Amino acid sequence: MTEVDIPLPVALLIAAVLLTGALFTLAGAIGLARVQTFYQRVHAPTLGASMGMFLILSSSILFFSVSRGAFVVHETLIAVFLTLTTPISLMLVVRAALARDRFEGSGDVPGTEAGPERPPEGPA
Amino acid sequence: MSAVILGAAISVAQLMLAAAMALCVFRMIRGPRAQDRVIALDAFYVTAMLLLITLGMRTGSTRYFEASAIIALLGFASTVALAKFLMRGEVIE
Repeated sequence: MTEVDIPLPVALLIAAVLLTGALFTLAGAIGLARVQTFYQRVHAPTLGASMGMFLILSSSILFFSVSRGAFVVHETLIAVFLTLTTPISLMLVVRAALARDRFEGSGDVPGTEAGPERPPEGPA
Repeated sequence: MSAVILGAAISVAQLMLAAAMALCVFRMIRGPRAQDRVIALDAFYVTAMLLLITLGMRTGSTRYFEASAIIALLGFASTVALAKFLMRGEVIE
């Protein structure tokens, strides 16, 4: 640690935000390891990808802005990118898993959606 | 005093993130099906990126930020490619 010029309340704030973010990420990973079925399990790591990411990046922005004496906000780039891409990637994985489960006829997944692709001569 | 507090907090946060990565590896090895391994890999690279950011805070250099940005970009691309593979059986048709 070369930065000794951070005031004590700001250091306490940075430490609290960083520890809270790491705790959120750890809780998401515990959920990923412990929850039983796949469709429940996919919810858990989003805790680390949204709230843990937001808090750790906030503490990093605060730390570098205070220790350099200027606004260092390039961590916002990662935050915006992860906020945009996490729902996209998880939706793609879940759609792929749903297609696999429907193809195998396994599990208690719902059938295909009621939509215009249903044949019109089906049971009314 | 503030350096001591920050150093201890960063150490504890790194330990928590390493434990989170170990749990993701557990799910990646144990996961009964391929999609479990893919979401474990997704959580794994996000946690590795956060660990790199805490490492940058420990060393006080912004150089680790670029590595974590590259991890975020390539991780998203790899998750999309793996989801395509799970859906179709091949990545590029």
